[in-house]
Amino acid sequence: MSALNIKKGSSSHSAYDLRDPHSEIAETHTLAVLVENEPGVLARVIGLFSGRGYNIDSLTVAEVDHTGHRSRITVVTRGTPSVIEQIKAQLGRLVPVYEVHDLTVEGPSVERELALFKVAGTGEKRIEALRLAEIFRANVVDSTLQSFVFEMTGTPAKIDAFAELMRPLGLADVARTGVAALARGV
Amino acid sequence: MSRQMTGARMVVQALKDQGVDVVFGYPGGAVLPIYDEIFQQNDIRHILVRHEQGAVHMAEGYARSTGKPGVALVTSGPGATNAVTGLTDALMDSIPIVVLTGQVPTFMIGTDGFQEADTVGITRPCTKHNWLVKDTETLAQTLHQAFHVATKGRPGPVLIDIPKDVQFATGTYQGPREAKQSRYQPKVKGDIDAITKLVEMMEKAERPVFYTGGGVINSGPAASQLLRELADATGIPVTSTLMGLGAYPASGKNWIGMLGMHGLYEANLAMHGCDLMINLGARFDDRITGRLADFSPRSKKAHVDIDPSSINKVIHVDVPIVGDVGHVLEDLLKVWKARGRKVNKEGLAKWWGLIDQWKAKNCLSYKPSQKTIKPQYALERLEALTRGRDRYITTEVGQHQMWAAQFLHFDAPNRWMTSGGLGTMGYGLPASIGVQIAHPDALVINVAGEASWLMNMQEMGTAMQFRAPVKQFILNNERLGMVRQWQQLLHGERYSSSWSESLPDFVKLAEAFGAKGAKVENPKDMDDAIMAMIEYDGPYILDVMVEKHENCFPMIPSGKPHNEMLLGDASTEGAIQSGGAVLV
Repeated sequence: MSALNIKKGSSSHSAYDLRDPHSEIAETHTLAVLVENEPGVLARVIGLFSGRGYNIDSLTVAEVDHTGHRSRITVVTRGTPSVIEQIKAQLGRLVPVYEVHDLTVEGPSVERELALFKVAGTGEKRIEALRLAEIFRANVVDSTLQSFVFEMTGTPAKIDAFAELMRPLGLADVARTGVAALARGV
Repeated sequence: MSRQMTGARMVVQALKDQGVDVVFGYPGGAVLPIYDEIFQQNDIRHILVRHEQGAVHMAEGYARSTGKPGVALVTSGPGATNAVTGLTDALMDSIPIVVLTGQVPTFMIGTDGFQEADTVGITRPCTKHNWLVKDTETLAQTLHQAFHVATKGRPGPVLIDIPKDVQFATGTYQGPREAKQSRYQPKVKGDIDAITKLVEMMEKAERPVFYTGGGVINSGPAASQLLRELADATGIPVTSTLMGLGAYPASGKNWIGMLGMHGLYEANLAMHGCDLMINLGARFDDRITGRLADFSPRSKKAHVDIDPSSINKVIHVDVPIVGDVGHVLEDLLKVWKARGRKVNKEGLAKWWGLIDQWKAKNCLSYKPSQKTIKPQYALERLEALTRGRDRYITTEVGQHQMWAAQFLHFDAPNRWMTSGGLGTMGYGLPASIGVQIAHPDALVINVAGEASWLMNMQEMGTAMQFRAPVKQFILNNERLGMVRQWQQLLHGERYSSSWSESLPDFVKLAEAFGAKGAKVENPKDMDDAIMAMIEYDGPYILDVMVEKHENCFPMIPSGKPHNEMLLGDASTEGAIQSGGAVLV
């Protein structure tokens, strides 16, 4: 580790791309893929990942520009720097793909995910779950006498942390949307 | 002019407007409206194949030999699934073809209808792009877009799936000029700074080599011309992949032969020993590189490719240039001339001295025989007797293919059609027909092995029906020769299922189709047999009975670097470690 404690693979602290292209260390990258919203475009992107043996940690997709027929696919993937470069090049050559952005190296970005947690229980556990939800700024969107459904938005790490805390308190079900991300600034 | 017409008529109109003169196809229920339109016009010729795979390989042969996109038309379900091998072949070798498939009517899609298949789903990974057209109003636009995508950038196969009701319905036709401009516009000009950097490296290099590939041929005749000019002016040696043969002439003074697994000794050692490798339109395929860790260890590498995903995919390069080979070569020449046409003369003279020593090894030499026809001898004679003619060669896949690449010489691009990336046995016969349809007066020869040839032999019927006088030059060793060679070298000489039993009598087979056939067994009859084949005015099968256990050398075994090449049977013992057997 360097004195500055800059994580290997990170370039957000430097004007230069600090990544070693020959590194064998797998990195996690968040890619934003802007595509023409035509039938089968998601299958093309997913098929590319499975066909070439790339990983998908998370994937979200929705139309973002109705008149322009554009959708935005946010995909979180893992691989060595050369694999990540290859993934971007492969995505870029798909005919309906307009742009590919690597939010992990192109500068600072915000990442958010939405999650719903169903926590079942009574008594002390129920009260503790509600208290923790408040600390995490989760909202109650459904409640019965035996259960809550919490809604929470945050980074994947925050959602992981909340899920860990809920587990002993009666976590019954989790639904997560996957990461949506945008570059900071203009 | 926008006009109202049925979808089926639009298909034919769009093909005409795209300059298509021939379609290879096979009718079926879901394409009947299009066949009805084809029947009622005379501008587009339809070649009825005997199997849809044949149609796609014919379209490939047509495309590779003309530089124009090839077109195939097949029905839904089995028609489409039979086209899959050809589509994959065209994708691997970057061949522009447009495949039109019929589909069940839109209202039946998803009901498991008769001859329904998820064609766009099945062909998504084996096309450059594909479309399912659900509305006749968008059909014309899609057809023009398909030709654009197939031919622009790195060429490749595209497919349009057209449901039967879309063919019957009426819509507005737009010509190619009225159609919406495609957003797909790949970059063709290379970065001039990178090109200048490469020129600087070329000026200083002591041991440079041009490593050229199919991209030079795909770029068009101008690229081949520029390559010749650049190589001849600089004196830099040129080697080529299997796909690039003919881009630089085999008779050219800088030619050092094909490289790769069965490439020439001098070409592979030049790749291993060079200090500057200039990759023009090739993709560092595993048949070329051998063991990656030891691939050309002391060289700086430049890579010109129109496909950004080819750059740094397997080999990290020092100077990447994304662009069309022709455009980049033009700029490269311009910059090199403007900077005073410098080369490292002293270095190059020493380099050529070394290459000439390697050439003296005469790596293609083989043990001649008075009794049996050696496959190499058959090809040497074929080369000698067809040289100077208007000749096109196709091949099947296997030993004969590698021998053909070694022993036949190509002085012009688009004269050599072979399945390189996918290695499709059964490619050569239909491809030869596609070539012959495009060049009716040329001499078209398919160099084949008997096993590969049988895979699409039904297309002899197509050759007969359309009077395509293709010559089938079958090197018959009654073995799956390349499989047998690998079993000998890598699997303890256990010849599992690698011999051809119950082979047909190829002469009678030719006659059964109405063609002519002959068999040759004695080396002294070889020349007469070849001449009889060339002079016959019609499809012809020459069954050349060759040495059964001849191995193809040189050979870089899987998992070995370029400088550990096997040159002949004597060098094979213990040369291949068990680790190599897991590689293909």
